[in-house]
Amino acid sequence: MKSILLNSVVAAATLVGAGVLGTTSAHADDLTLCWAAWDPANALVELSKDFEAKSGHKMKFEFVPWPNFADRMLNELNSGGKLCDLMIGDSQWIGGAAENGQYVKLNDFFEKEKISMADFIPATVTGYAEWPKGTPNYWALPAFGDVVGWTYRKDWFSRPELQDEFKKKYGRDLAVPKTFAELKDIAEFFQGRNIDGTTVYGAAIYTERGSEGITMGAMDVLYSFGFQYENPKKPYELEGFVNSPESVAGLEYYKALYDCCVPPGHSDAYMSEDVDAYKSGQVALQMNFAFIWPGINADAKVGGDKSGYFANPAGPGGKQFAQLGGQGISVVASSAKQAAALEYIKWFAQPEIQNKWWSLGGYSALRSVVEDPGFAKSQPYAQTFLDSMAIVKDFWAEPSYASLLQASQKRFHDYVVAGKGTSKEALDGLVKDWTEIFEDEGKY
Amino acid sequence: MTDTPMDRIARATPPVLAKRVGGLSDRAIAWLFVTPSILLLLAVNIFPLIWTVRLSFTNFRVNRPNEATEFIGLRNYQRILTDGDIWLTMQATAHFLIWTIVLQVLIGFSLAYLINKKFRGSDLWTTIIVLPMMLSPAVVGNFWTFLYQPQIGLFNYAVGFLTGADPSSFSMIGDVSLAPWAIIIVDTWMWTPFVMLICLAGLRSIPASIYEAAECDRASKWRQFWTITIPLVLPFLMLAILFRGIENFKMFDLVVQLTGGGPGSITELTSINLKREAFEKWRTGYASAYAVILFVTVFGLASIYVKALNKVKQR
Repeated sequence: MKSILLNSVVAAATLVGAGVLGTTSAHADDLTLCWAAWDPANALVELSKDFEAKSGHKMKFEFVPWPNFADRMLNELNSGGKLCDLMIGDSQWIGGAAENGQYVKLNDFFEKEKISMADFIPATVTGYAEWPKGTPNYWALPAFGDVVGWTYRKDWFSRPELQDEFKKKYGRDLAVPKTFAELKDIAEFFQGRNIDGTTVYGAAIYTERGSEGITMGAMDVLYSFGFQYENPKKPYELEGFVNSPESVAGLEYYKALYDCCVPPGHSDAYMSEDVDAYKSGQVALQMNFAFIWPGINADAKVGGDKSGYFANPAGPGGKQFAQLGGQGISVVASSAKQAAALEYIKWFAQPEIQNKWWSLGGYSALRSVVEDPGFAKSQPYAQTFLDSMAIVKDFWAEPSYASLLQASQKRFHDYVVAGKGTSKEALDGLVKDWTEIFEDEGKY
Repeated sequence: MTDTPMDRIARATPPVLAKRVGGLSDRAIAWLFVTPSILLLLAVNIFPLIWTVRLSFTNFRVNRPNEATEFIGLRNYQRILTDGDIWLTMQATAHFLIWTIVLQVLIGFSLAYLINKKFRGSDLWTTIIVLPMMLSPAVVGNFWTFLYQPQIGLFNYAVGFLTGADPSSFSMIGDVSLAPWAIIIVDTWMWTPFVMLICLAGLRSIPASIYEAAECDRASKWRQFWTITIPLVLPFLMLAILFRGIENFKMFDLVVQLTGGGPGSITELTSINLKREAFEKWRTGYASAYAVILFVTVFGLASIYVKALNKVKQR
């Protein structure tokens, strides 16, 4: 707590030192922004040229590929490194970064600069900025809204001969699935099918073992089946919620989808492997975060009218949720250039910059951008993004999130990919692992 | 009398310095030279080891600088030794270790035996054979993932071609029963040349006169092999096994590139598991205890092995 207070004081002091934000600084700094190496990062480089021109500061970027992103950046934060002045860190880091004094608390800054969290999509504020969750303590500005959704081969779906065959077999049209059961039918329908002389497969889903892949994929399905992280009335009570019969059915479904419908060798796949499978014309459906949609839309082989997008379908009970992705932008507490870093955040929060961010391929979390009447039709995937962001849930954001994540990675991969044990045993094991972690954390 | 360089250096040395150095005993001069190395060793090896042992009795987490560190006695050790998952990673490591050593020794020795029979182009073949061990493990891991790719991989294609099986019907790194063998095959491909080189050195160190004497005594080739070649190459072979054993006990990069420890946890070796505890879960105290256990295990086994090696050399 002492260091949190200290950081707040430092932040306030640097604000005063910064003078009036928005005007050109008295002296120029070299600011380093750390993020994952992916398409949106390239868009941010482009966007930041405006900041450089207006502020006089020079921007440098440290982008790390996703599989190593958490390792590299958490090492940087934990060691109090000076590499990053601004960090676009994963949503789950917020608890640890706040409690360990690694991010600067932004409440005073937001108040002074009249940046209101009410202006951002509520789910992104909760997911990317708040700690503790549900309290007005802000450690980041929502920077990039993201959510897991689906891409499908619209051109294959519209083929009359496939439509006829599907209708004959399943008694309904070959169309965007409304439920996960329908999604599996479609995936099975395409699995091993010969299209234009090539064998194609059902669905590319997340199965990666090393970082967070299979957890993001399985949770994306489990939520809609009824999975809950804890007893809503009694925090950290897991038994009967994590391993409820609905959760067991959800994990069984995910394994069934893996067993029946993924391309050969799809046993360690995350974002880039799913994109590769889809862009190479191997699969009819692809589970992935929304950030890939601009790239898919622009792709010469599968882009434009050939692809469509849909939000996570509903589970057996009609519930419909999706796994939240995305990140907030924070000022690193160990940075010596906090004033300039805060200047960047102030510049980034402006509506016109957020509009430009969206036009460059970045998913703005600002409500004035996404609630604009023209937004839903601005891109073929814009409506799906809005629909998906309305149903998000996120993984634990506790300081111990890394241990919680590793436990779920192991349990899910052991069951889904390695076929070890049953769904119930996997989730019972997960309850045991998570309970031990929370016991170590003194939560009971 | 000729003026040697040493004489010239002695004459050029200022008398004060010469007197000072001259006043030191041999032991003191020896300490003077050895001290920097000892200090470096203490700083980068011994101190971290002692610090790791100290941390292993605490609940310290490097990512929680604001939390008080508590002394928890042997709790970390107890949790590790009673954790079934850790024993599974030990089993996976043992499986990997035993099979890679067996295959590398058999193939490596056979190759060395063949190369030792001087034939036309044997030097070229030696160079070709040792190429894999010159590559980076990360690069090897990466391109073998492509070779193992069910749809486009050359390995699957070759197996399909030889057996008639559909190449995309099996996944070397995605199948629970095949994945452990996938990493054994790659490690064997990469490191057999190393064992071969050591065996070749052993074979070439055997004086030809011993074989000539055996020929005179009408010993058969088979008998020469078992009574001359094997006993004299054995110390070299044991050295190769020691090197490969230690290297493979800490195997990390190749397996991370190939399988990431999966599918499930079937190829999660102790080094991968330890890295996850230390740098993903950030359980520093727990990971320290884990490292101490592994250190004691390797150190103990290596010590027993080195004693056996010395006995073999003395025979």
